[in-house]
Amino acid sequence: MPSRFARILLALWSGIVLAFLFGPIAVIALYAFNASNIQTWPIPGFSLRWFVSAWNNREIRAALGLSLQAGVIATAIAVVLGTAAAFAVHRFRFVGREAVSFVVALPIALPGIITGMALNSFFATAGTGLSFGTIVVGHATFCIVVVYNSVLARLRRLPSSLGEASQDLGADAWRTFRLVTLPLISTSLISGAILAFALSFDEVIVTTFTAGAQNTLPLWIFGAIRLGQRLPEVNVVVLIVTAITFVPVLLAYRLSQRSG
Amino acid sequence: MPLTGSGGRGAKPATIMASITLHRRLSAALWRRPSLALTATLVPPLAWFVLIYLGALVLLFITAFWSVDALTGEIDRTWTFENFSRILGSPTYRAIALRTIGMAAAVTITDALIAYPFAFFMARIAGPKLRVTLLTLVLLPLWSSYLARVYAWRLILAHDGVLNWALNSIGLPDLDIGYSRWAMWIVFSYIWLPFMITPLYTALERIPHSLFEASEDLGARSWRTFGRVVLPLSLPGLVAGSIFTFSLTLGDYITPVLVGGPGSDFIGNVVYANVGIANNVPFAAAYAAIPLIVMALYLTLARRLGASDAM
Repeated sequence: MPSRFARILLALWSGIVLAFLFGPIAVIALYAFNASNIQTWPIPGFSLRWFVSAWNNREIRAALGLSLQAGVIATAIAVVLGTAAAFAVHRFRFVGREAVSFVVALPIALPGIITGMALNSFFATAGTGLSFGTIVVGHATFCIVVVYNSVLARLRRLPSSLGEASQDLGADAWRTFRLVTLPLISTSLISGAILAFALSFDEVIVTTFTAGAQNTLPLWIFGAIRLGQRLPEVNVVVLIVTAITFVPVLLAYRLSQRSG
Repeated sequence: MPLTGSGGRGAKPATIMASITLHRRLSAALWRRPSLALTATLVPPLAWFVLIYLGALVLLFITAFWSVDALTGEIDRTWTFENFSRILGSPTYRAIALRTIGMAAAVTITDALIAYPFAFFMARIAGPKLRVTLLTLVLLPLWSSYLARVYAWRLILAHDGVLNWALNSIGLPDLDIGYSRWAMWIVFSYIWLPFMITPLYTALERIPHSLFEASEDLGARSWRTFGRVVLPLSLPGLVAGSIFTFSLTLGDYITPVLVGGPGSDFIGNVVYANVGIANNVPFAAAYAAIPLIVMALYLTLARRLGASDAM
């Protein structure tokens, strides 16, 4: 064990790191309530006016709607395909089994511009044009790995005897899946889905390559910051987005903890 | 009417029976021939990846050896190394690649230095309750909005921002690093820090306590135990974390746009401009090959160091 002095130093350092991680988030929270439309520190006063103004902004609401839709559909696809892949890898031995984990992780392991370009060139070759659909396909592609990892980790911890017992008692494969396996993996499925949604809801780089004229919320934020427009509203949107992602992540974390 | 009525009533159990037997037969077939179940679960996700992603990825790097007709803007499918020689021959493109790789390396080292003591405290000193709390606190920013966190630093580093206010209040002059490489370095290190902490924590937590005791029993001082036992055993975690921080910085082009000043283009900015505005996909593909090759080398090296267990 490190000496008492070293332990105090490490605790101190950890406090500084936490302040570093959360200080900027606190700054965002304060700026959202800024009464002025000029971005200076310290803020001159508190007001809720930019919340109202952001809510009444049609572009923001349209972008939010699009992001929610894209996130939900992409997550649904990721849940089906990610779970299927996790089952295949867990249950069966086949050639290239080791490669599956590697392949599904590629879209997030490779630099974002490469995934973005690959998808962009796929849509160009297929001649589909860029649309809401291509945003969803892109998001689903990098979300699959999140569900896959979450479900596979749980499957590996389940004793295989439960499924066997169910089949001994006369349940067929589908029934065993529905009544035994699915309830056992449900929390990992939900936490995987939540994290997949959070990933989709926040993604910028790949989306810039797969979106046509559509604006997801991150694309709207990116555009507004870059052009320096509507910054008071950006403050509000950014705070709300952060708050929204905090809730499901905490929930997903609790779910994955509970079933250890 | 009565005919259809009785027919309907009679048919119902019959279809149920048929569906039950079909169901039975299907599950029996699945049980007897697991390859069917394997096909059903593996083919859809695999098809998705091979068709949409891997195919496109391969195609992309074939495109790098093509060119674009300057007049028509159409892709000319004659094999050429023109794109690559243009990149290697241009001081600008070389500088941009070096800037990107250099920044990725600087960010990785910074994050490793910040994260290691923190992960060590979390894994070896904090009690179980504090440990869970700290882990949650690290994961929160990891999953929360990327843009929000970049934007926060724009507010902090701006001329009238928190940083200068803090500096002035202790009597120091303004520091205008709002749009510079320093800003990019701070922002990247900030954003990817949780990606370094988590694998490091996992690796450190796995080290059996007995090894610490054994090392001390054999007379090693704390720092020696650290250098000879802890550091080598946590190396896979360090490498796994560095893969994230390195790759994420290498592929980013949003942060350079938002907090980098003039002349801070990354590989991603050139690639994005060539896919969009310049409409020169072959050149973009050739330039994107640089981060891909760098990552391939990095991953091979990481595999040697045993990082795949810790990821």
